[in-house]
Amino acid sequence: MVEQKTFGSALFDIINNVILIMLSLICLYPMLYVLIASVSNPIEISMSEGLLLHPLGFQISAYEAVFTNSDIWRGYLNTVFYVVAGTMLNMMLTVMGAYVLSRKSFKLRGIFMMFITFTMFVNGGLVPTYLLVKGLGVLNTRLAILLPTAINTFNLIMTRTYFNTIPDSLEESAKIDGAGHLRILCNIILPVSTPILAVIALYYSVAHWNSWFNAMIYLDDRTKWPLQLILREILILNDSGKMMQDSVTIDKLSVAENIKYAVIIVATVPILCVYPFLQKYFTKGVMLGAVKE
Amino acid sequence: MKNQAAIKKTIKSLFVSTALKQDRSLYLMFLPVFLYYFVFCYIPMAGIILAFKEFSPRLGIFGSEWIGFRHFTEFFTGPKFFNVLWNTLRINIMNLIFGFPAPIILALMLNEMKSRTLKRCIQTVTYMPHFISLVVAVGLILDFTKRTGIVNNIIVMLGGERTAFMSESDFFTPIYVISGIWQEVGWGSIIYLAALSGINMDLYEAASIDGAGRWRKMISITLPGIMPTMVIMLILRMGQMMSLGSEKIILMYNDLIMDKADVISSYVYRLAFGTAPDYGFSTAVNLFNTVINVILLVSANHISNKMSEVSLW
Repeated sequence: MVEQKTFGSALFDIINNVILIMLSLICLYPMLYVLIASVSNPIEISMSEGLLLHPLGFQISAYEAVFTNSDIWRGYLNTVFYVVAGTMLNMMLTVMGAYVLSRKSFKLRGIFMMFITFTMFVNGGLVPTYLLVKGLGVLNTRLAILLPTAINTFNLIMTRTYFNTIPDSLEESAKIDGAGHLRILCNIILPVSTPILAVIALYYSVAHWNSWFNAMIYLDDRTKWPLQLILREILILNDSGKMMQDSVTIDKLSVAENIKYAVIIVATVPILCVYPFLQKYFTKGVMLGAVKE
Repeated sequence: MKNQAAIKKTIKSLFVSTALKQDRSLYLMFLPVFLYYFVFCYIPMAGIILAFKEFSPRLGIFGSEWIGFRHFTEFFTGPKFFNVLWNTLRINIMNLIFGFPAPIILALMLNEMKSRTLKRCIQTVTYMPHFISLVVAVGLILDFTKRTGIVNNIIVMLGGERTAFMSESDFFTPIYVISGIWQEVGWGSIIYLAALSGINMDLYEAASIDGAGRWRKMISITLPGIMPTMVIMLILRMGQMMSLGSEKIILMYNDLIMDKADVISSYVYRLAFGTAPDYGFSTAVNLFNTVINVILLVSANHISNKMSEVSLW
């Protein structure tokens, strides 16, 4: 295609690129700022003017405080547990539900689809759900984090839509061999569904990793708190006092601000290092979700 | 002859019994899913009756006394009603005006980019804030907007005055909306980029032959091409006009800016878990919100169905 390169068109390209590059800098700078500030001298940071582009003074005492803090480590371990156990539970239930609802021979599938979709519009809300969790006797246990979020309806429907597109011919031979539904699911459906499985597993894991609200209302016991709830205490409620006890520095007050930055880095960098490589799965998920029912 | 019929019959019954068995295993497989929905979605729905009761912990949900619509009349005539209603609407409207077009504009701009490598880089970088957890994102917002924070540093650099943004309620909505755009603009553009990649390239070529410039092609080909996606996303937004998640609000607000920051969902949260918990009242306010949300979503879908035959269901 021959395109005439006019002056206006060239100017547009330049302006377009400049705006987009500036936008990426705006997206990037906050994390860069946090990284620089976490290794800077906190007093100099609080008095600095203009943009922060390089560390002011260099100290890593905040990281020492963070890494020797038991709350952070326990929070990390708890979060890993919630992510792993929660996602496994999610995947089992979602796959089973999606399989049953994608069987054309299953007579009640229309009714069950409505039964499930209805919950996307109407739910009991905060208090009835809280009272249920309390009534089940799982308040202040790890089950209170895992059970109420055991299935995400959106993910379930997305998986079902994918299963629906698998041609029946694939199952025919297995059916003739007399394979049961569990065999068909495990040996035929799942191996050809890796894209959707990767997508929803990622969605579920990220949701568990980010979640803090349920932990806040269901867990009193600090030793069961996920990392995000510990972070909330430090970043939002401004309560880094608890971290100070383990702090090794002399100037404890000034390091408090730095601890915030160091905590953000420690809690965010793992995800930020991983997501560019998983990006294609996430984007695929957005498109799968966009496919109309 | 007789024999053959008998064989046929046994074969048939064999098939029927395996079919039943097969169905039974399907039911068995669905049982845990059914139980989840029944226990964690439908039982709490029954708990909505709390909205019409004066909850007493001693008597429980079903034993508590019925009080009819008293919680609702109390809410509608109370001082908080218009406050949280207007805050919810204002934040949502601002989010619609500024937050809705942002990813579309970004997608269109990315689409005009010539260099594929640079485009990929910019995409990856703009997705990044989406992967920062909400708690950390709000932590960043609070830190950047404080008096000695980086935003104030930049304002001073440009010759302005320092302000403690999160202590003045007028700044809450802009900060909420702008930070929301920062978090989601890249991620939100994915769906439009997908729609853009689905547009037939021949159309552009034909337009070029007809002498159409870039601007003309965008107006006549690109925008109509992503229109269905835009309509669906707009319906989704309209349907959520009165629902605003409480999580970001609860993390962001403080006593100084409560008058502009408190929305229905955060009010529901405080009524249930604040200093003076009132479970019945909280459930009533939440029920009011749910009813409005369902009405909005259904009517938004109806309107779009009439207008463009694009609908969610």
